[in-house]
Amino acid sequence: MITIVNYGLGNVAAFLNMYKRMNIAARAASSADELIGATRLVLPGVGAFDHAMDLLEGSGMRPSLEQLVEVEKVPLLGVCVGMQMLTQGSDEGAREGLGWIPGRTRAFAASNQAGGLPLPHMGWNDVTPKKGEALFAGLEDDARFYFLHSYYVECADVADRAATAGYGLDFACAVHRENVWGMQFHPEKSHHFGATVLKNFAEL
Amino acid sequence: MLRPRIIPCLLIHQGGLVKTVGFGQPRYVGDPINAVKIFNEKESDELVVLDIDATVNGAEPDFKTIAHLAAECRMPLCYGGGIKTAAQAKRIVGLGVEKVAISSAAVDRPELIAEISAEVGRQSVVVVVDAKKRALRGGYEVWTHNAKRNSKMDAIAFAQQAARQGAGEIVLNSIDRDGKMKGYDLVLAATLRNAIDVPITVLGGAGSLDDIESVIAAVGTVGIAAGSLFVFKGALRAVLINYPAPNVKEELVSSAITKRGQGGVARSSREI
Repeated sequence: MITIVNYGLGNVAAFLNMYKRMNIAARAASSADELIGATRLVLPGVGAFDHAMDLLEGSGMRPSLEQLVEVEKVPLLGVCVGMQMLTQGSDEGAREGLGWIPGRTRAFAASNQAGGLPLPHMGWNDVTPKKGEALFAGLEDDARFYFLHSYYVECADVADRAATAGYGLDFACAVHRENVWGMQFHPEKSHHFGATVLKNFAEL
Repeated sequence: MLRPRIIPCLLIHQGGLVKTVGFGQPRYVGDPINAVKIFNEKESDELVVLDIDATVNGAEPDFKTIAHLAAECRMPLCYGGGIKTAAQAKRIVGLGVEKVAISSAAVDRPELIAEISAEVGRQSVVVVVDAKKRALRGGYEVWTHNAKRNSKMDAIAFAQQAARQGAGEIVLNSIDRDGKMKGYDLVLAATLRNAIDVPITVLGGAGSLDDIESVIAAVGTVGIAAGSLFVFKGALRAVLINYPAPNVKEELVSSAITKRGQGGVARSSREI
């Protein structure tokens, strides 16, 4: 079943509601035991990077998550800070990330504010998916998603960039490496565009 | 391209949805959850919900209602009303609200902005500046408690201080224009846009979609929020929750950007 990792951050209810509307079974897991049987994992997240890593660590779910993702190859989707947690670390904090997507999470600040763009990057922006990326199948050409962030993922391997968006610079707004996906925007708050990618993730 | 955000702003008073004029005369316009469901269907860009009783009554935020709103809301939600501590803000974000708004508590104790920002991240901290034109000397002052108390603080200076403290967005609400439906205060909007480098949203005065277009043409990609426009229809102000259809919104935005490109309106100094 689709399992939303509930470690104390992010809008777990919004993901559950989206899947409920689509008649796709989903549940939240708050402990290692509750992760058993997950066939898809969603890792949400908002706020500061270190705080998110600390909470995930404290939840006791990290070893089970690593087993599911690294050994059993269960597909996982990290959203917003949940995507940033997939990297090796962030300019925002000192903690190490999960390291599933080689690269680091960088601050927009220096380059963007010099260019006169307000930060955080807030609102609906166009997203350009890589050709053939399954998560974006069936979307309109003018698909847009809701962003709310000041940090972005810099992939060490450009092949991991699943979609890009522009805000002062072109950045990877979605990543994909093996069975791990990440999205900087909020699919759970992006109306029918977001519903499409969440449905695609369920049907991978 | 990052798009301007067109945002319904809903006010909660005694459990119901109301619309005010000049921050007074609340008129009942419906049920909050029902309104959220309609804006879901209309695919509005964001939603702002403000509880206008909490601060005045000295009450805590109504967490039960907030949880209900957040679960229903399929667009980003900003909630304000009664938030006085970082712990309250954190709890609200934990309920699935993207942004928390503070106003009078930030006027009383500006450090609160930094405290909340440290807990939930700058991107989720909104400071609402209720601004009213100052008589005689000009400029704008910040008022609190539903425009009943004058803080005597300069609105632009307060917004700048809030951004420095860690606000991720400033919502600039014109008390003079509230509910009048005669257009936004474009001078105030442009002054604020040039004064700070965090996103801004202007609120107060929208009477038509043309008014929204004027804001984008004048100050570019910002948030444009409205209350009356999205809950009333027609000259007699019949209650009807509404929001521009996707194609109407697209045309409005592209027309505004064309006007801005032609320099038909004053452009912000930032981009010259």
